[in-house]
Amino acid sequence: MLKYLSILLSGILFGFGLVISTMINPNVVLNFLDIFGTWDPSLIFVMFGALITVALGFKFIFQQQTPLFDLKFHLPTNHSIDVKLISGAIIFGVGWGLSGYCPGPAIASISYGSFEVFVFILAMLIGFKSSQWLKLSNKLP
Amino acid sequence: MNIHIYLPQLLGGVLIGCSILILMLSIGRIAGISGISSGLLDKEPQGGKLWRFVFIVGLILGAILLQFTFPILLPLRQELPIFIVICSGLLVGFGAHLGGGCTSGHGICGIGRLSKRSIIATCLFMSSGAATVFITRHILGA
Repeated sequence: MLKYLSILLSGILFGFGLVISTMINPNVVLNFLDIFGTWDPSLIFVMFGALITVALGFKFIFQQQTPLFDLKFHLPTNHSIDVKLISGAIIFGVGWGLSGYCPGPAIASISYGSFEVFVFILAMLIGFKSSQWLKLSNKLP
Repeated sequence: MNIHIYLPQLLGGVLIGCSILILMLSIGRIAGISGISSGLLDKEPQGGKLWRFVFIVGLILGAILLQFTFPILLPLRQELPIFIVICSGLLVGFGAHLGGGCTSGHGICGIGRLSKRSIIATCLFMSSGAATVFITRHILGA
């Protein structure tokens, strides 16, 4: 029970963070990517806040033998810089730049009732599934 | 530059960081949203589907709770042609799955672990994203 409460709390905090940081607004993201136009550095501050927190916290967490409710830490074992990583990241960026949505903010804002977000998520799920069908990628953690 | 106007962004970032830490400390999993959500479409994803479902419910719940408390934070609607939204979603889904992560998984969790793959992926998707916005806004003038 405590395990699933922790997971729920983790999801809720992620949702809080996306809203408070304004990352839930795709226009803020598009303006961050618009370096030669209406540039908005917001995303840098979000990443800075998150990265400092994560880097410090991971130091402590990875000193533990195991997580609290699992037998081991599930970290990626693939360390190769391959074509999949490079092409996937570039394709993802193009899609991100077209609308300003990435998976987190899109899913988090599904309750806001925007038709656009709904269509985006459906298309994104088809995108996930086509990559899974093609078996191009290893399972994500 | 008035740094203080970016305090909400910093605070939001710290909250996202805490979320990532809680997931790692409790079940040892990476809080990458594309990985968690695409696993729901998989037959037998790592660790099963329940934890993924619970996390996604929390993510949506978090956004709803804040919407009730601070309605002013609602995102502005952005008018985009629907076929652009569809292309965007397909590319985001396909690219994130193929490249093994998105903004959260590579951009924060991965870089936070100093993973070389994640640092390269983040530089690439930020560059291709910026290039896309440059083309759509400044060359095509959309």
